[in-house]
Parts: sequence; structure tokens; C-alpha cells
Amino acid sequence: MSVTNPSETVALATPDAPASAPASTRRPRRGLLRGILGNRKAAFGACVLLLFGVVALAAPLLAPGNPSLITAIASQPPSLEHLFGTTAKGQDVLALTMHGARTSLLVGFVVGAAATLVGLLVGVASAYFGRVIDDLLSLVTNVFLLIPGLPLLVILAAFLPPGIGTVVVVLIITGWAGSARVLRSQALSIRSKDFVAAAVVTGEHPLRIMFREILPNMASIVMSTFLACVIFGIGAQAGLEFLGLGDASVVSWGTNLYWASNDGALFTGAWWAFVPSGLCIALVAFALAMVNYAVDEVTNPRLRTTKKGRTRA
Amino acid sequence: MSTTPILEVTNLRVEYHGDNRQVVAVNDVSFSIGEGEIFGLAGESGCGKSTVANAIMRLLKDPAEITGGQIRFRGRDLLAMRGEELRRFRWKEIAMIFQSAMNSLNPVMTIGSQMVDIFTTHEGLSVKQARSRSAELLRLVSIDPVRLDSYPHQLSGGMRQRAVIAMALALEPSLLIMDEPTTALDVVVQQEIMAQISDLQRQLGFSVLFITHDMSLMVELSHRMAVMHSGRLVEMADAELMFASPLHPYTLSLMNAFPPLTGPRVRLTGLSDSVRATDGTSGSCSFHVACPPDRANCSGNIPDLREVQPGRFVAEHPRTSIEGTAA
Amino acid sequence: MRFIVRRLAFYLLAFWVSITLNFLLPRFMPGDPVTRMFAQAANKMQPHQIEQLRQLFGLDERPIWQQYLTYVQNIFTGQMGVSISRFPTPVSEVIGSQIGWTLLLGGTALVIAVLIGNLLGILAAWRRGGVLDSVFPPILVFVGSFPYFWLAMAALYLFGVVLGWFPIRHAFDAGMTPDLSWTFVSSVATHLFLPALTIVLVSIGGWMLGMRNTMIATTAEDYILMAEAKGLTNNRIMFRYAARNAMLPSVTAFGMSFGFIVGGALLTEVVFAYPGVGYQLLAAVQGLDYPLMQGIFLTITAAVLVANFLVDIVYVRLDPRVRVS
Ligand SMILES: Nc1ncnc2c1ncn2[C@@H]1O[C@H](COP(=O)(O)OP(=O)(O)OP(=O)(O)O)[C@@H](O)[C@H]1O
Ligand code: SF4
Ligand SMILES: [Mg+2]
Repeated sequence: MSVTNPSETVALATPDAPASAPASTRRPRRGLLRGILGNRKAAFGACVLLLFGVVALAAPLLAPGNPSLITAIASQPPSLEHLFGTTAKGQDVLALTMHGARTSLLVGFVVGAAATLVGLLVGVASAYFGRVIDDLLSLVTNVFLLIPGLPLLVILAAFLPPGIGTVVVVLIITGWAGSARVLRSQALSIRSKDFVAAAVVTGEHPLRIMFREILPNMASIVMSTFLACVIFGIGAQAGLEFLGLGDASVVSWGTNLYWASNDGALFTGAWWAFVPSGLCIALVAFALAMVNYAVDEVTNPRLRTTKKGRTRA
Repeated sequence: MSTTPILEVTNLRVEYHGDNRQVVAVNDVSFSIGEGEIFGLAGESGCGKSTVANAIMRLLKDPAEITGGQIRFRGRDLLAMRGEELRRFRWKEIAMIFQSAMNSLNPVMTIGSQMVDIFTTHEGLSVKQARSRSAELLRLVSIDPVRLDSYPHQLSGGMRQRAVIAMALALEPSLLIMDEPTTALDVVVQQEIMAQISDLQRQLGFSVLFITHDMSLMVELSHRMAVMHSGRLVEMADAELMFASPLHPYTLSLMNAFPPLTGPRVRLTGLSDSVRATDGTSGSCSFHVACPPDRANCSGNIPDLREVQPGRFVAEHPRTSIEGTAA
Repeated sequence: MRFIVRRLAFYLLAFWVSITLNFLLPRFMPGDPVTRMFAQAANKMQPHQIEQLRQLFGLDERPIWQQYLTYVQNIFTGQMGVSISRFPTPVSEVIGSQIGWTLLLGGTALVIAVLIGNLLGILAAWRRGGVLDSVFPPILVFVGSFPYFWLAMAALYLFGVVLGWFPIRHAFDAGMTPDLSWTFVSSVATHLFLPALTIVLVSIGGWMLGMRNTMIATTAEDYILMAEAKGLTNNRIMFRYAARNAMLPSVTAFGMSFGFIVGGALLTEVVFAYPGVGYQLLAAVQGLDYPLMQGIFLTITAAVLVANFLVDIVYVRLDPRVRVS
């Protein structure tokens, strides 16, 4: 889902989440965590993510040295010496892939966290203050949602000085609106609950209400928004870099694909040059999506796939 | 009143399968409804009334399961019906007005097309014929036929309710199930609609299963009635008789929960839950209002109905006499 | 009607934001991208073309509000400067000659993905726990996890290069002149197949799961129970009552995701060298062709806004409730 805005994944996955999410319970955390831990999809996703995390952290140990250096004969298919083969320049693909994980995951999670945070602030502020502020913030959110993501990414990235920092900033700018929309509607539905009204009447401070009453009840939706934003971040980063708008000297899954395509890997039959990085992006995104669906299922039992078929007359 | 029964429910049991616990929503319930009879089913919220209605309509699905008993309609075994047979049977023989009649209309289809498809599906009429039949039906419940082209949100609550009644009568069913048909309406509209229903019933002669928790409304309308509590029937008798002298303490407390508008003020008695037995042997019990001091051997369950006078049934506890508890 | 007017105003606002963004970016970013572009391109340009580009990118000395007015005026009269990578063709001409292919590819893929995805979602929700409900979602989610362009690369490699079943680049065979002959149309279709397929594969899962979840919520509604009690046929309940209503959020999502699918299609074009604006976008990025990049951005934004407006009009026809409110 390289150029999918997070809103798409989230909105599609939880169309009725605002109504059914944990607003009814005042302390959703425990149940949520326990439910997620016991869910097979989540367990699978967590394992895959953990694996990638470990590889990314340990990349300098597993594949010491600069992965961009030319260390072998060019365009070799996978062999014992080079498990994933070598690129058209003679770099080791396995080393590139492992080091690529560092940048890709880092950018993905940073973008995910930042976009979710911005979305959360906008959403909760919208819901809490209502009226003019809500109208204004919603308007801005919707405008950002509507402007097509990739072309916007491209012109932003083209004008800003190239580099990883630019990529991160640009992805946050294009990614926050999706999470803001989802989080706003959830915050709104919690805002209308009696216990929040009670807190307002008893004169609690707005900030306290936001952080003590509204936020804790949004745990699950914040989590799934975050996961969707990470998926978006990783995919969109790859898309940008594939177009040559990243920093081509940094090793990441996106730049690996950029170079593979530039070096004509498709036409020389060097499938090993582009398969590993793409597969990694897909696996990470899939793992994140699995955790995300698990969160949905735990908070919204109706979505579970029941074992026995429903009998319809 | 009761002649040959049109509907016979025997020992019906329905369970909801939860994640890790079962709820027996209807437990060994038996009753029958005669031709042209209005049979009332009363009981507090959550006692299982709608579950009974949905079981008769065969509308229960997944967590709910009919685990015992029989439902017969004019001698046909309803629980054995499948697929196409069941589809044809529904609405033709038994129609239902749902508890939330407000929500039982599809918001994005006109009233007309929701009526028309009854005729086109069941009677194979052309859309044109079906429309004129629908227009007649709307007139029957005093709605202007131009409303055929209205969407549900364009009608008032009372009108929507009448439209639903019109739909229910479309195929002239022999039994009409009404699940709290007027709860969402104000008292005036409620009265109007109930009057209209009883007119129509006299006119067309269908039988009615009338479900409500409003005893006074029920007594006004029903010939015979039953009181349900925690999935069980506790009393069943001629409506007026039961109203005049309820035998079961729960019936009495249910009546007192809806005080008459006129007459002397009386202190309201709470429903039986408020005096739930607390010792370990009978923790699940929620039956007798006045629980005797000695309940060591008490079953903790609501006993079966017993015929105490001809046509008069009450769930009598083996260890407590009726007179003793009704005081 | 009020609803439509409000939406229209909203789209105009969104377009204005895009234009303004386009206007501000080159003026507030540290000057070098634009200077670099001029350094590279100035020698092959006529003085008046240079002048126009200077105006577009704010290198003239006029006050900013005057620049802004001229800019907006230029955009609305379709003057987006000359393309540098395809010098001396004006940007509007470059885009005009290519937007058709992008619309063909994006439109075909979108329509197919939406139709099939929603149908699968309806059926999966209707038979909870059936084959469709348990097998398809994980597979489609997995396929959907791949970046659009990567799936395109894999398909191109497998079916184009290795198996040779499908052409590997461009939108029709070399040497053909576009007309409505059977040979040309079939050539276009075979060239369209792989790129469209990859977009469909990546996006279909989202539609299916979205529809499934809304359908599940919808089938719990009372009017579905009533429809069942009415003894309607299963098909009628499923499509006319349940799906008809569950479709409404899908229609909104359709408009929303249009922009993202177009984005995905742009990358797909790059892989297949499909002669749409996406492929041109890559050329623009590589050739520091800022006027073309901005032109493509604005054109696609306009297309997406128009598409959304059309979706709104459809929505009003589908949901009687918004007609009054
Ligand atoms: N989907 C469900 N899952 C589990 N239990 C259920 C479900 N639906 C109903 N129940 C249980 O079945 C019991 C009977 O419910 P039912 O809807 O028949 O009550 P009712 O008498 O119609 O109440 P009301 O007057 O509020 O409509 C309830 O106590 C409820 O706990
Ligand atoms: S006598 Fe038994 S059944 Fe009756 S209220 Fe007491 S404990 Fe319950
Ligand atoms: Mg009920």
C-alpha cells in the first residue's frame, strides 16, 4: 500500500469502530492487551515485527561494514557466499536488505508516531472544543485528505532539500489528516458520553478531561491508527525513494528498489535484486496489518470470523 | 374464548451462547393462541419476550439457539421448516411488528417500495398492481397514499408505525405478532394506534400475540394473557381475571409497577429482584417476592405452570402456598 | 441542493489551497532547486519563456500579491509554463497528451477493484465463516501489503520478461497510430492488462474488508430482520436491503481513495513505462522539470476533486436522507 493514506486502511477496517470501541468500559487497557496477546493474528504479526526489529538493530553485526561498498562480482545470483546475490554494481543484496531495514523501519515508525500524534491532537481538540475550532480543524483535515497524496509528496519533496529529514517531514504532512479524521470521530463519540459530561459539570480542567477522561478510552483506536500510519510511512517512503526523491546515498528498502530498477534488474533477469526489499516491505506491512485486525477484533467482537457458518433460511 | 389453537408453543427453550457462558433466555415455555384470539405476553425488560417472538418467526440466529420444544402452527411443525418453505410461510401466515418499528423500515427505500416487494415476492404481482394494493393498505391505516413515495425519515413516528402495521397486514396473515409496538410513541399516539389495531383485528379476525411490559395496556386489549419472568411463564389466565385477582406475586408486582392514572395512591412494590435470596443454596433464584425463612430445600427455580382453576395457570412453588405469598 | 453547493464550495477551497501551496513552495524554499533548473535550462530558452518561468517561480521583483494574482490567473487560463524535460512543449500540452492514458489505467483498475472487492465483501459478510470469509481476507491483505510499484515490477518480470505473455512497456505496440480499429484497441487492452491487474490486486483487499465490515454492521439492523420476516428472497435482502445500505460508506470511501489510487497508478506507470502523467512525473523529477511537476500536481488534484464532486452527486441520489438535510 505504498501510496495509501492511513485513513483508507483505518477507515475501511473499522467503519463502526466509533460506536463499538471501548468507550463503554472505563479501563480498557488490560482487557485490550490481554485480548491482543491471546490473538493468533496478533501473535504472528508481533513475531514478524520482532524479527525485523532484531535484524535491523543487529545489522552492523550481521553484515559489518558499509553495505554500499562494492565487494563482489556484479549481478551474481544467490549463492552460498552471497545468500541473496549481488547487485549490478557488485554489492551484497543481503547486506543492503538488512541495513535497509534500519532506515525503513526508523522512518516508518517515526512517521507513524508523529502522524498519529498530530492526528490525535487535532482530533481531541476538535472533539473537546467543538464548534468553530472543530469546523476549522475538520475543514483543514478534509482538504488535506482530498489532495492526492503522491503528487503532493512529489512536489513537496522536490522543493525541500533532499534527505531523510525531508522524507520524514513530507510524510508527516501528507499522513496526519487520515489519522485526525478517524481519531476525531472517536473522540467525538466519547465526548458525548455521560462520564465526560459529568467531568465537565464538576469543573475539571479541559486539559485534564482531555488526557484523563477522553484519551484513555481511545487506546485501541489510537493503536490501530498508529499501525496504519506506520504502514503508510514505510510504503510511501519506498514510493518516494523509488521515484528518486529520497536520498539515493542512504541505504533503505526504497533506495534498493530504486537502484535495482535503475540498473535494469528487471530486464537482465536479476530478480534477486528487487525481490528481497519488496518482500520485506510487504511482510512488515502485513504483520502490522495483522496486529491491527487483531485490535479490531478484540474491541469489536462482531467482526470475528465465527467457526460454524451462520444458518440463514 | 380459545377455540382450536392456531399456534401451539410447547416446552420452548432458547439459549444464547456467550463467549464463556450460556444464557437460557426462554426456559420450558408453553402456551397456545386460539383462532382470532389476542394473547398477551407481559414481563419486565430482558425476561425473554422478544426471544419468544423471534423464535416463532424463526428469526433467531447465531448466538441464539432453540435447544428444545416445539412450535406448531395449524398443526405444521414450524421448527422443521427450511429454506424456501420457511420463506413462503413468513408474512403470509405470521407477520410481525418489531419492537423498534422505527428502525425496522429501511431508511433508503421509499415506504412504497418496501410494501411493493411483499406483493411481488409472495403473490407475483406486477409492480403496478402491487402499488395499488399498497395504496389501499395505507388507506386502511389512514395514511394518504401519496406517502408511498416518501422515505421513512419524512414521516412522523406515528405514521411510520402505522405504515409498518399496514405492511404487516398486507398478506392478511392469520397471526400477527406485535412486540411492544408502541413503546417509542407518546401516550396519545399510542392510544390511537392501539385503537386502530383492535378495530382492524375485529374487522379482519386475525389472532395476535401482543407483547408488552405495560400491564394496563395489555389488559385492555388482550383476551388471555401470560406473565413471563426470567425466561419462564409464572402465570397464564383470562386477562380480566388475572387483572382482577392476580395469583402470582410477580404478576402483582408487575401490575403495581404501572399504577393506574386514577384512583388512590398506592406504594409501589419493587420487582422480585429487589428481594433476591442471598444465601448460597438459592443464589440463582429471583422468584418469590416473600421468600420464606426456611429455604434450605428450595429448588431455586421457578416451578412449572399448574392449572389451579379451569383455564387458569400459575407457577406454584411446591413449598409455598399461593395465599401465603400474595399477601 | 444545499449539500451539493456546500460540497462544491469545499472543493473550490481545496483547489485554492493546492494552487496557493504551489505558489508558495518555490518562493519560500531556499532558492536552489529553481536556480539549478534555470542554470540547466536557460540556454535553450527564448527570453519570453524565461520571463514566464521567472514569473511562475517568483523570481521577478514585483510585490508578492501581484505575483499571486498573475499566478492564479495563469493557472485558470491553463498557462503553466513550458516543460523543461520536453522543451519547448508547454506543460498543459504535455499533460493534455498523457492524462488520457492515466485516466484509462486508473479508471479501469479502480472500477474493477471496486466492483469485485465490494461483491466479495458482500458475499463474505453474508456467509460469515464461509470459505470466502476465511480464505480471501488474509490473502488479499497480504497482497495489499506490497507497494503498488513493487507488485508491478514483479508482474512485469514474471509475465512480461520471463514468460513473455504480455508486452512489457508502453500503451500500444510501437509503430501503431491511435485509431479505433480492432488491432489498435486489442493492442491497448493487452498493454493495459498487467498494469491494471497489479493495481487491482493491491487495492481490492481494502474494498473487500471495508464492505465486509459495514455489511456485518448493517445486517444487525432491524430493517434487515424485518426484511427477512417479510419472507423476501435471500438475494433481495442481501443486495436491495443490506448491500444497498452498506454501500453508502463505500461510496464515500470511493471518492476519498480516488486520489490514492491515482497515486498508485502513477508509480505503476513508471514501472511499465506507460505513457501517462505518472511516467512523465518521473521524467520531470529526473530532469528538474519543476513546471511540469507542479502542473501534474494541479491537474491530478483537479481531476480528483471533480471525481469527488461526481461521487457526491451520486451519493445524493443514493441516500435520500442527505437530500433534505
Ligand atoms: N445476542 C444476545 N446474546 C446474548 N444474550 C442475549 C442476546 N439477546 C438477548 N439476550 C438475552 O436474552 C434475554 C432475553 O432477551 P429479550 O430480548 O428476549 O428480552 P425482552 O423480554 O424482549 O426484553 P425487552 O422488554 O427489553 O425487549 C436477555 O436477558 C438477554 O440477556
Ligand atoms: S422460596 Fe426459594 S424460590 Fe422462592 S424466593 Fe425463596 S429462594 Fe427463591
Ligand atoms: Mg424485547
